[in-house]
Amino acid sequence: MDRRMTIKWVLAAGAAWPLVKAGGARAASPSSARGYGADPDLLKTYRPGELWPLTLTTQQRRLAGILADIIIPADEHSPSASAVGVVEFIDEWVSAPYPAHRRDRTTVVAGFAWLDAEAVRRSGREFADLDATDRHGICAAICDESSAAAELRAAARFFSTYRDLTAGAFYSTRAGRKDLKYIGNVPLARFDGPPPALLKSLGLQ
Amino acid sequence: MPFVSDGTQRSAYDVVVVGSGAAGGQSAYTLCMDGAKVLMLEAGRKYVPETETPMFQTPDSAPLGAVGTPEKPFGFYDATVDGGWQVPGEPYARASEEDVGRFEWWRARMLGGRTNHWGRISLRNGPYDFKPHSRDGLGFDWPIGYKDIAPYYDKVELLIGVYGSNEGLENTPDSSPGCLLPPPKPLVSDLLVAQRAKRLGLPVIPGHRAVLTQPLDFARSPARLHPGNVTAQRILAADMRNRSACVWATPCGRGCAIRANYQSTTVHLPPALASGNLDIRTDAMVYEVTLGRDGRASGVSFVDRITGKQRHVTARVVILAASACESVRILLNSRSAQFPHGLANSSGKVGRYLMDTVGSGLSGQVPLLESLPPLNEDAAGGHQLYVPWWLYREQHAGKLGFARGYHIEFGGGRQMPGHGTGAGTEWLTGGSFGAQFKQDVRRYYGSFIYFDGRGEMIPNEQSFCEIDASLKDKWGIPALRFHWGWSEHERRQAAHMQKTFAAIIEAMGGRTHGAPQTDGARAIAPGGSIIHEVGGAIMGADPRTSVTNQWCQTWDVNNLFVADGAVFASNADKNPTLTIMALAWRAADHILERMRRKEL
Repeated sequence: MDRRMTIKWVLAAGAAWPLVKAGGARAASPSSARGYGADPDLLKTYRPGELWPLTLTTQQRRLAGILADIIIPADEHSPSASAVGVVEFIDEWVSAPYPAHRRDRTTVVAGFAWLDAEAVRRSGREFADLDATDRHGICAAICDESSAAAELRAAARFFSTYRDLTAGAFYSTRAGRKDLKYIGNVPLARFDGPPPALLKSLGLQ
Repeated sequence: MPFVSDGTQRSAYDVVVVGSGAAGGQSAYTLCMDGAKVLMLEAGRKYVPETETPMFQTPDSAPLGAVGTPEKPFGFYDATVDGGWQVPGEPYARASEEDVGRFEWWRARMLGGRTNHWGRISLRNGPYDFKPHSRDGLGFDWPIGYKDIAPYYDKVELLIGVYGSNEGLENTPDSSPGCLLPPPKPLVSDLLVAQRAKRLGLPVIPGHRAVLTQPLDFARSPARLHPGNVTAQRILAADMRNRSACVWATPCGRGCAIRANYQSTTVHLPPALASGNLDIRTDAMVYEVTLGRDGRASGVSFVDRITGKQRHVTARVVILAASACESVRILLNSRSAQFPHGLANSSGKVGRYLMDTVGSGLSGQVPLLESLPPLNEDAAGGHQLYVPWWLYREQHAGKLGFARGYHIEFGGGRQMPGHGTGAGTEWLTGGSFGAQFKQDVRRYYGSFIYFDGRGEMIPNEQSFCEIDASLKDKWGIPALRFHWGWSEHERRQAAHMQKTFAAIIEAMGGRTHGAPQTDGARAIAPGGSIIHEVGGAIMGADPRTSVTNQWCQTWDVNNLFVADGAVFASNADKNPTLTIMALAWRAADHILERMRRKEL
């Protein structure tokens, strides 16, 4: 297959996976940032941007929020991902100076570019300008790597990474803990174990 | 003035102890409570758990959701200071980078060492574990048997506080009456594992961990631990009163500000300091044991990490308790005309027979545990129950294809959500997102279960460390080079673990996350990654084939002792820390006796 054929084939099947350098096309490079060291203060509360500069562009952050809220929208139990700081978390994550985070940066920045390219290919508009149905349609095509079309596997890996980041950030917050009805992390005078009635209902007593 | 520096340090001590973890802490405690003047040298910084421990911090208060990074490999809130698989400025070399021949060396540079973050699992070695060669012809026997060390297991359990139960199982020793604290209540997932694993013939019994499920018995234990020593009893009773029982929250790996679990800094060092007999010098990187003209150790040389200056201190007795590999490194770097290949190395065995624990894990998801009502399952921080090795008879009859056993650690339940919650769930959700994803996360939260095998490795000739020909740390101290190899016994054991875990998960009505790895070479975690490295200066009955005698005393140098895991002649499946402390206590008692007789 020559290059022209390749391009045709890729365009027919879905937007090509962009070859983006770790720094991204427009975002500032995190390469000079330093980590928190091997003896950081564990008692203080850290905010994104405090330890190393955030590097996503305004446009990327907008897309980050839209996608996070597609994955975790508000419902009757809890707010949406973007409402509890997930965009700031993801910006901190992809701007961090550690090897695993740099790899995720490559994936996420390329994924954002792919989403826009795919949106343009499908509807002539960038992802952020699509309506909810069209956004959902693109996500549905890449939400499961094992069943995604071969040419969408890279995009599906991005979606998987992004969903993991979104979920991790969301469920780490007070709202996320409440959503899952986590009631620990409080001092107890005694620990009585699970209630006997529950154990009985499970056949464990 | 317990924390000393150039100006305040004495010129000579009865004993200098190198290291402040389980072995150093126990050595200093025993010696100081009986009146010896001790200087403890710690390479890392001073560390104060009461004021530095992040007890109730949630992951959203930390950078990156508190996940592990190369600078904090076990997560932001892990207690480890200036440590991990790599320590800046303190490199080590490896003969192989392949998984099967790789060795990873975890260090911590802080007062209390790795005891600040460890898992607190405190299992006794059994009678078989001290005589493995007699039992199956492999490895080495120890020069002591279980009966020699049993009184010291009792003492350590009484001092540090260990929960557990006596079950009377084979090679899984009972403690003397009154030694153990009551075990915590199991979780729903624990009870389901117990019910289903028992159907497969596995014993499931309370774990043993160094966590105070109730206050220590400060009225009776001090007299039991220090008979006839009223001062020691008074100091210990006062200190035991100041340790709080567990409040059933916050992971032990962060350390414990209320001193409800064992770490050297909260259990061994406070009473030792209160005795007035302990001086501690932190930021003191020991690189050599110096030898006098009389053939005895005259003291140790170290680098002050703050000033970069070299210092020396003299003592009647030197105890190395710097961790197995660091103690070996100090011995190998202590060269003289009399010991050109390293101090106390006339046998050529210093650095040899390095061992770790065989580790392999598998997780799964269990529908019976889905959508349970909200429960607080923080409990004692894990290991409420465990499975001791159970196939002694089949193994001894040669039916398993590998010679030594493993125990199973497992856990589940509604742990604090964080990074990883809802992650990697496509295999269950088919890749849901949106409202469905939120429902899926609620459904599956708390329904996951993991199993980790911890098995015995037989010492071999391929696994050792030596001084690298050229590599040095930032102070110019020659660095270690590691060689590693597993035998068929360990590989088959790891494959057996995988099959067992899959069988338990299936018996629970669950699904394994990925297929069990039946290729043992792939199932086994790289050497050192379980952080149970022992050996390198093994004890024995023959000076030609071992480095120390049964008292942790080097055969070659009368007043030089190795009190840490380096002296282990075998590495049973039982986690090594409790045995390190029991051996260190026993060695310190011996040193005190010999000093009283003016033999040291």
